[in-house]
Amino acid sequence: MNLAAAVNENFANYSNYLIRSAMFVYALAFLAHLAEWVFGGRSKVAVQSAALLTEAAEQDAAAGTAPVTVQVTRRDGGTTTIERPTVVTRASASDRGIADGPGAAGSSEKGDLYGRIAISFTALAWVLHVAGVVFRAASVGRAPWGNMYEFSTTFGAVAVGVYLLLLALKKDVRWIGLFLTTTVLLDLGLALSVLYTSSEQLVPALHSYWLWIHVSCAIISGAIFYLAAVGTLLYLFRDHYELALTAGRAQDNRWGDIMRRLPAAASLDKFAYRMNALVFPLWTFTIIAGAIWAQAAWGHYWEWDPKETWSFITWVAYAGYLHARATAGWKGRKAAYLALIAFACFLFNYYGVNIFVTGKHSYAGV
Amino acid sequence: MSTTQKPDGDVRTADPAQDRTEEGLGAAGAQLSTQPVDSLSQLPAMGVLGWLRWMWRQLTSMRVALILLFLLSLAAIPGSLIPQRSDALKVAAFTKAHPDISPLYERLGMFHVYSSPWFSAIYILLFVSLSGCIIPRTWQFVGQLRARPPAAPRNLTRLPAYSTWRTDASPEQVAEAARTALRGRRFRTGVTGTSVAGEKGYLRETGNLIFHLALFGLLIGFALTSLEKAEGGKLIVEGDGFTNNLTQYDDFSGGTLYGAGDLKPFGFTLNNFDQQYSTSGPEKGTALKFQANISYWNGTEGKPVKGSVSVNHPLNIGGEKVYLISHGYAPVVTVRDGQGNVAYQGPVPFLPQDTNLTSTGVVKVPDAIGKNGKPDQLAFKGYFTPTGDTTKGPFSTFPELVSPMLWLNAYHGDLGLDSGFAQNVYQLDATHMKQYQLNTGTGVNGVVLKPGASFDLPDGNGSLTFDGVKTWASFSISHQSGNVLALVSGFCAIIGLMGSLFIQRRRIWVRADRAADGSTLVELGGLGRSESARIADELGDLAMQLQPDAPALPDAPGPPDTLAEPGDPGAPGAPDDPAAPADPAAPQDSEAPTHQTDDEGARA
Ligand code: HEM
Repeated sequence: MNLAAAVNENFANYSNYLIRSAMFVYALAFLAHLAEWVFGGRSKVAVQSAALLTEAAEQDAAAGTAPVTVQVTRRDGGTTTIERPTVVTRASASDRGIADGPGAAGSSEKGDLYGRIAISFTALAWVLHVAGVVFRAASVGRAPWGNMYEFSTTFGAVAVGVYLLLLALKKDVRWIGLFLTTTVLLDLGLALSVLYTSSEQLVPALHSYWLWIHVSCAIISGAIFYLAAVGTLLYLFRDHYELALTAGRAQDNRWGDIMRRLPAAASLDKFAYRMNALVFPLWTFTIIAGAIWAQAAWGHYWEWDPKETWSFITWVAYAGYLHARATAGWKGRKAAYLALIAFACFLFNYYGVNIFVTGKHSYAGV
Repeated sequence: MSTTQKPDGDVRTADPAQDRTEEGLGAAGAQLSTQPVDSLSQLPAMGVLGWLRWMWRQLTSMRVALILLFLLSLAAIPGSLIPQRSDALKVAAFTKAHPDISPLYERLGMFHVYSSPWFSAIYILLFVSLSGCIIPRTWQFVGQLRARPPAAPRNLTRLPAYSTWRTDASPEQVAEAARTALRGRRFRTGVTGTSVAGEKGYLRETGNLIFHLALFGLLIGFALTSLEKAEGGKLIVEGDGFTNNLTQYDDFSGGTLYGAGDLKPFGFTLNNFDQQYSTSGPEKGTALKFQANISYWNGTEGKPVKGSVSVNHPLNIGGEKVYLISHGYAPVVTVRDGQGNVAYQGPVPFLPQDTNLTSTGVVKVPDAIGKNGKPDQLAFKGYFTPTGDTTKGPFSTFPELVSPMLWLNAYHGDLGLDSGFAQNVYQLDATHMKQYQLNTGTGVNGVVLKPGASFDLPDGNGSLTFDGVKTWASFSISHQSGNVLALVSGFCAIIGLMGSLFIQRRRIWVRADRAADGSTLVELGGLGRSESARIADELGDLAMQLQPDAPALPDAPGPPDTLAEPGDPGAPGAPDDPAAPADPAAPQDSEAPTHQTDDEGARA
């Protein structure tokens, strides 16, 4: 064994340690998020009835219309302080006028502290996770996307990365935290236990810069589709809860307590739509890039290989979802179901096709 | 669902959600998207023509488009799970394994889903629907581009975003300032009296149209590709050549519009095949490089040029593409018959079976004469291992030629070449042949040869010499058109999509009217697509921008307290998007006095 090979093997080992450490820290983040939800559930507000929700909404509305003062230069040169005129907005059709929930921590300060701890852990775990991916790449001397193990680890890193980015942009997405840490743990656990492949080289068919382009786009699309799917799923639950609320059925149980703390159905729906709409063009590009690569590698840009077929199915399903949103009678829950079906297609394309169907997309060892 | 009377007298049912914001807005709210309205709940008019029109409406409705999209993805599924005819071997294996279901599958076209009538029917209907939708929309949109934005609705407070104040500036001044400001924000404007209408984001609609039109481009590209696609395979041993005509191909399939007669004159010879593998470490034996070095010429009198073909890097010769498909070894053998004459000499390509290039093959010698002077055809069947080990059996342990070995059994009799059926050159039909009992002393009825070695058949019936090894490479030569169209359409589709999904189309109206007390009442209203939450911000910014020209009087009346109609529970006046406060961009000054809308009187 020559020196280079030994170095590479060391890198591969570092990578494995890093991924395992990341999993450990993600697990801590997961526990902290659990604590956040638990303490939030015990917070005082939780005991209060649903009627308060509407009150909160009204307060919010009032806050939204409060005028803000602004300095303006008058034409004569002097300055005056004037008020920025109020902008009144009307609720959109999907909006019930129910305000966003307070978040997992509710009004509990302890819960909030745990939530912050969870985010810090998540950020730390993510750094370890990314380092693991980078070392893996260094050990194989190529993009770390040659097999399902590498694909899965990168996928998780991108999903968490997007979440942290949204947090950094001050978007209200902390509610995803628990679900995200859970799934990332699952994803990494599955990658290490079932999908693990030791570092190896790629068959020449994968030697192409299209690997970088096509696969990285596929991973990013998948990660964002995933976040959207979480939003959609929670939207369905929360929508159910809000329907019960507006119908006057109080939900004073544990489930209701969890639901109460989530963002409003309208906000979740909007979040899911934005995420899906954001990546749909990227997913389109992923497919086209794949076709270009297939043209170069196999001489056909489209051969209905199972992977291509399922990418197409996924694409059409998301196109259906976007259509549904623009069509009478298909907004809301129906569109949400379509989005979930579309994401299921994506998942099947990723796991199902690789494992159950043989095609030309041969990843070295599942 | 409410119905609105359109100017053309056509009663349509509108989207109820859109309805809420647009009711009473008249033309102002119309066609912010050119999305056609569904007319499904309408009963068809009497008569054949009425029915046809009704059916056309159905087909081009968004709901049917949605159903067809859903069907399309559903219909694509079986083809990914059941082997398709393009892989004939797999289909044959499947038919053999499932004899009961296969005839039904065959009848349903399950073995060629993507060219089956039902699959075609779905996408053709979808595209008919698309054309029925896209063409009217294009005209509508062109009309909108020519027209000015629609005039302000009667009641601006009904709009999703609304702002108002009173000023000393004259209505004319305000209108002029508003027009300038909207222009500056790249709105298209139209002025009626002292009210200004502005609209922005036309690129959304443009993008949407481009996207849907690009889908046609993709479809046509696809069609051209499949009609004109022609493809042939050729295996070439190192040193040999190929010229592009039908007789030279191992296999060839032409397209409807491109047959054997259309083949372009070119050719190439395989000079050598360059392969490299990692020789150590955990990845030992993994391929690093495959490259076929060739000399090619274009046209009947073209001069040979050096070039190379490798995976992912096809060679383009005069528009025809040459792809490297696979590669392997061809042992070079000399076979002498019972008379001592050379009955066969040359390389025989063996086909790789694994990544270490353990290969199988057959040497067929049809023109041999037996010891007795009668024709007696010979055949040798077995393995070739580039790195073999006699103690381990015919398995190669490394793909390069470290210790090449040829493992053979010998047969004689009738090769069956005259039966009239085409034979696979890589397989031996031994039904009319007899296997020689080879006395190798190992107890195994076969021989293992290293390069240079030879062995004799029993009873002086001939011999085989393993002279050496050559490499071979197989190529796919394909003619394609429609690729460029499909590619360009694909990229147009992406650009269009981005416009369609990321650009917000919106309208803003500014109205300035003389109030009873002589001051001017300025009203701003904004209407965006339902997904847009930014319209309030934009309206606020515009209001700020108008302040120098239309400074607010301190006793400006607040906005009406309740905007929601009594019968309109869905709009209680809550902010559209709690995550986006109405004025995050505005600089805040906490020192300055602020006041709530309802204690206005007290302050004044
Ligand atoms: C061939 C399959 C089709 C695909 C893949 C497709 C895809 C899409 C996508 C992804 C969008 C989202 C863009 C947006 O939200 O603005 C969209 C919008 C739209 N599509 Fe299609 N479409 C197809 C066929 C059709 C057909 C047949 C119709 C008409 C019957 C149609 C009418 C529309 C309309 C009106 C919009 C815009 C909705 C809006 O204004 O938001 N499409 N389409």
